[in-house]
Amino acid sequence: MPFDSLPTPSLNEYLMISGLLFAIGLAGVIIRRNIIVIFMCLEMMLAAASLTLVAFSRFNTVDGLPDYDGQMLVFFVITVAAAEVAVGLAIIVSLYRARQTIHTDELTTLKG
Amino acid sequence: MPSFLFYIFAAIMLIGGTMVVFMRNPVSSALSMVLSFLGLAALFVGLNAYLIGILQILVYAGAIMVLFIFIIMLLDLKKEEKNTFRPAAVAAGIVIPLLLVIQLAGVINKQPDSPKAPQLELKQAAANFDEGTMINKRLSDERLPDTHLIGDKLYTDYNFPLQMVAVLLLVATIGCVTLSKKNTK
Amino acid sequence: MENLPWFLLLIPFASAAIIQLGLKRNAMASSLLSTASVFITLIIAFLLLGKDSASSLTWIEAGNFKLEIGYQLDQLATGMMIVVTGIGFLVHVFSLGYMNDDEAKARYFGCLSLFMFSMTGIVLASNFAMMFIFWELVGLSSYLLIGHWYQKDSAADAAKKAFLVNRIGDFGFMIGILMLWGITGTIVFADMDGASLGTVCSCLAGTAILLVFCGAVGKSAQLPLHVWLPDAMEGPTPVSALIHAATMVAAGVYMMARLYISVGADMIPTWSADTIAWVGGITSLAAALMATQQSDIKKILAYSTLSQLGYMVMAVGLVEPDTGMFHLYTHAWFKALLFLGSACVIFACHHEQNIWKMGGLLKKMPLTGGTFAAGYAALIAVPYVTAGFYSKEEILTAAHGSPLFWVAAFVAFLTTFYMTRLFVVAFLGKSRSENADHAKEVGPIMFVPLIVLAALAIAAGFKPVAELLNAQDPRVEGREHPPIALIVSIVSLVLGLAAGFILYKGKTSDPLSIPLFRNKFYLDEIYQKLVTIFQDAVAAIVHFFDEFIIGGLLVGGATRSAQGVGNIFRNFAQNGKLSGYAYLMGLGAVLVIYFTVFAN
Repeated sequence: MPFDSLPTPSLNEYLMISGLLFAIGLAGVIIRRNIIVIFMCLEMMLAAASLTLVAFSRFNTVDGLPDYDGQMLVFFVITVAAAEVAVGLAIIVSLYRARQTIHTDELTTLKG
Repeated sequence: MPSFLFYIFAAIMLIGGTMVVFMRNPVSSALSMVLSFLGLAALFVGLNAYLIGILQILVYAGAIMVLFIFIIMLLDLKKEEKNTFRPAAVAAGIVIPLLLVIQLAGVINKQPDSPKAPQLELKQAAANFDEGTMINKRLSDERLPDTHLIGDKLYTDYNFPLQMVAVLLLVATIGCVTLSKKNTK
Repeated sequence: MENLPWFLLLIPFASAAIIQLGLKRNAMASSLLSTASVFITLIIAFLLLGKDSASSLTWIEAGNFKLEIGYQLDQLATGMMIVVTGIGFLVHVFSLGYMNDDEAKARYFGCLSLFMFSMTGIVLASNFAMMFIFWELVGLSSYLLIGHWYQKDSAADAAKKAFLVNRIGDFGFMIGILMLWGITGTIVFADMDGASLGTVCSCLAGTAILLVFCGAVGKSAQLPLHVWLPDAMEGPTPVSALIHAATMVAAGVYMMARLYISVGADMIPTWSADTIAWVGGITSLAAALMATQQSDIKKILAYSTLSQLGYMVMAVGLVEPDTGMFHLYTHAWFKALLFLGSACVIFACHHEQNIWKMGGLLKKMPLTGGTFAAGYAALIAVPYVTAGFYSKEEILTAAHGSPLFWVAAFVAFLTTFYMTRLFVVAFLGKSRSENADHAKEVGPIMFVPLIVLAALAIAAGFKPVAELLNAQDPRVEGREHPPIALIVSIVSLVLGLAAGFILYKGKTSDPLSIPLFRNKFYLDEIYQKLVTIFQDAVAAIVHFFDEFIIGGLLVGGATRSAQGVGNIFRNFAQNGKLSGYAYLMGLGAVLVIYFTVFAN
């Protein structure tokens, strides 16, 4: 392999990167008011968590192979996320039907 | 994966993420998310998780993103003209994630000499699998049969969760149908 | 034979239960059943004379603590038993006549049986817990019987008063029992070791004794808890004779004697014994003074009872429980006689109780008047021929050398004086009202008990009789009587008789008027005021506490602070904006991470 001699990133770098992605997702959730975009940002936060899982899986080898339990978890996360997106978007559609808006500023029924 | 490739893909991912947050047009946001996830998938591949990387692209970029765009089109969302970013919200949305990142950095700093990815001992691992199986053969050839290994785990150790996921998908399908149904009395 | 004492308890109980549960409609049957049950217990009491035995059943067992229901027979118990069942029987017989026309005759006899059961329980009790239980039961039956005519407000109030005042004493009694238990380690009379009283500080032992004495103060109506007894005269007069003159009120004296015998009279700390003696002495003096100005025949007898009970308690306090018990024994007969006699008078005068509206009754009711005169003679202690003389002599002897001697002597004078007043006004002279004019002698069922009691009032003090009835008799010790006791006794008798006859002979209204005595030293009014003030103060404090501290500060404060905090958060946090919630959640996560990872 041509790049074998080059330095590789450490675990901390992966964690930092995934943390940054998570923070960006959170920032999106707080800043944006379009509920679909908020939903996308949630997906990004989920993906950031997946990244840590895969990183840990690779950095903790078992019998010379990556720890596949971590990757199994990511597998399920992706599946569940897919189902979640489907249901969530369905909810958004019915919400839009009911209120004619998907702006969180105008959805203040929870106000006490 | 060499460090420079890692940084390139990480940059793609983070820039994509930032664009999701700061694009006024939801469609642009959705496309930025695909960009971000492409970078993420590349990082997965770099971590020897080929199947996960492919799934990330297939599921997110292929299915979920299409779904998003479809809904955006369906609802006919326009580009937000004004007031997309209010200063107070932006400030809060930057401070809190920033604090989180600082805290993460603090935690990471406690262990500065972080480990590098260990070498995979494929030949050695082959001994744990039966002679003549595909996994054993591939491992003996110094190739990582990662799809086979995941499949192996999925249908043995994770058999029950797999079936539960099937049920979950069924429930999600029914839920979507119910939610989307017009309320006809 | 072995189980005979149990029947003493069971027969009155069975009678009470049968009447209460089955015979309430049948007045005749219930009265006969009740009387028969007392008769049987009287026979059993005679059979048990002189027996000395004990037996017990375990009632409650917890660890090494055992609560027993048992009996302890000795001279004290069997002698007392004769008094209780004897007078009980005579009163039952008398009641057959006296209560014949009463509407609630069955209830009356049921309560009498209940009382006999409870009183028997006190007398037989082998431990303090059992005694306390029956102590409360006599309180209950006394309450029921005082309030027999509960249609009258005064009777209902008197019953309530008796019960409540007794509760005060009983509370002290209970604490005293617990303290004694703590000191001696047992509540069984037979196991009580007087020596252990000496091992603790005398203030502690004395306090325990005085607290137990509190029970006696309540039940035997000593100062300052005497106020219920005169009011208790609202009950039927036979009840007054049985419960409020002869037996129940003497239970306090009996209980103190039992305590003294159990722990040994020498072990009682001097100061507590002195306190008891002075309580008795002052009670007897105050009650005698009050009796001189009453005009209700039953009230006079009630104060006389108080005064005589004071004598007994004084004797107990002078560490001579034998003397106290002896006076209890003689007093029971003649005071029951006097009350039953007054019942006859009241019955004959159509429920007239004012002695100033009587007069000349001796001629109209010679039998009643004669027996009443016997009781009168016994109470004023006519020397050598009456029972009262012997016991009073013993008390004067016991008090000799102490200031209480002169108190006792003065009380003897007062007793003679007020009883002479009563006798002269009610039985001699001319009748002063129509009711008294038409008085007739009562029927045999009522005067036969009187004659029996009159015989005992005269004879009970003679040694052979006292021995036969197994009374506690201090005379067997053969101690010297100081001559001054006899002299004082005779002088006070003569002075009292003279004063009474001179003042009241032929008078139609009271020549003396001492409001202080007539109004019982205003004690009832003072209590009323004190209770009112105290109660109002407590109520005000409690109300303030409840309204402002608990209601306003604690409960109200909790709700208001929760509400206030909730309002604050609702206004600025729960604004319904999704991004706001996300922001707060993120903030929460940051804080949680900070406190779990960095704070330490």
